Amino acid sequence: MNKSEYKNIVKKYTPNEDKLKNAFYAFVSGGIIGLLSASIYALFISNDVESTIATSCTLVILILASSLLTGLGFFDTFVEKFKCGIIIPITGFAHSLTSEAIDNKNDGMITGLGASIFKLAGSVLLYGMVSAFILAIIKVIMNG
Amino acid sequence: MYYINAFLLVGIISMIGQIILDNTKLTPGHITSIFVSIGALLSFMGLYDKLIEISKIGSSIPIMSFGNLLYKAALEGFYNNKIIGLFSNMLSTTSAGISSSVIIAFIISIFFKAKD
Repeated sequence: MNKSEYKNIVKKYTPNEDKLKNAFYAFVSGGIIGLLSASIYALFISNDVESTIATSCTLVILILASSLLTGLGFFDTFVEKFKCGIIIPITGFAHSLTSEAIDNKNDGMITGLGASIFKLAGSVLLYGMVSAFILAIIKVIMNG
Repeated sequence: MYYINAFLLVGIISMIGQIILDNTKLTPGHITSIFVSIGALLSFMGLYDKLIEISKIGSSIPIMSFGNLLYKAALEGFYNNKIIGLFSNMLSTTSAGISSSVIIAFIISIFFKAKD
């Protein structure tokens, strides 16, 4: 079997993911999360809650919902179908913490749960803080 | 308009993430880290305020808002208390998101078992 034949066979059996469909699903599911949070936010605002507090409350509700869905085991099926639609919003951050905590619980509270809870979310915190630090320093130097 | 803007903003940001995920070899872990840094960069260039103008709540839902808030808080801290203010103030505005996710994740993980 020569190289091009081999390539054809590989191509035949590689699952053909429909990129357009994936992008559409991500758009709709992300949008629905945006819509949902806008409704929760509006509910808080209409009850005379201050806007920064209302934002925090909305985030906490989303985090609680996604952690609970992760614990109940529904979230993985959502992620498989909608992918970035729920990974990019704050729900993905909460999901990564909860799923790592649950998966590694059996190795003990310290060496399992404690050590691996930040396995995925840690990189978000690390690179967020590093880039914020560097950019803040650049801004300060630019402004003199 | 308020609801439509929130829908479009979060939807489009998620779609951009999905397109990057499908066309490169990056994992979701890479995407979220990159998006946080992009959020800080947009904030640095003054573009994130435009997103906040479009939809206030919609702009605080994607993970990018993490970078935006970290950068703004760090800068504000620097102007108040110089370099030590930068460190002490950096996490102040994102604290609600980080600590609530950690605490909730811990409590949930106590009560639920991993699915086989």
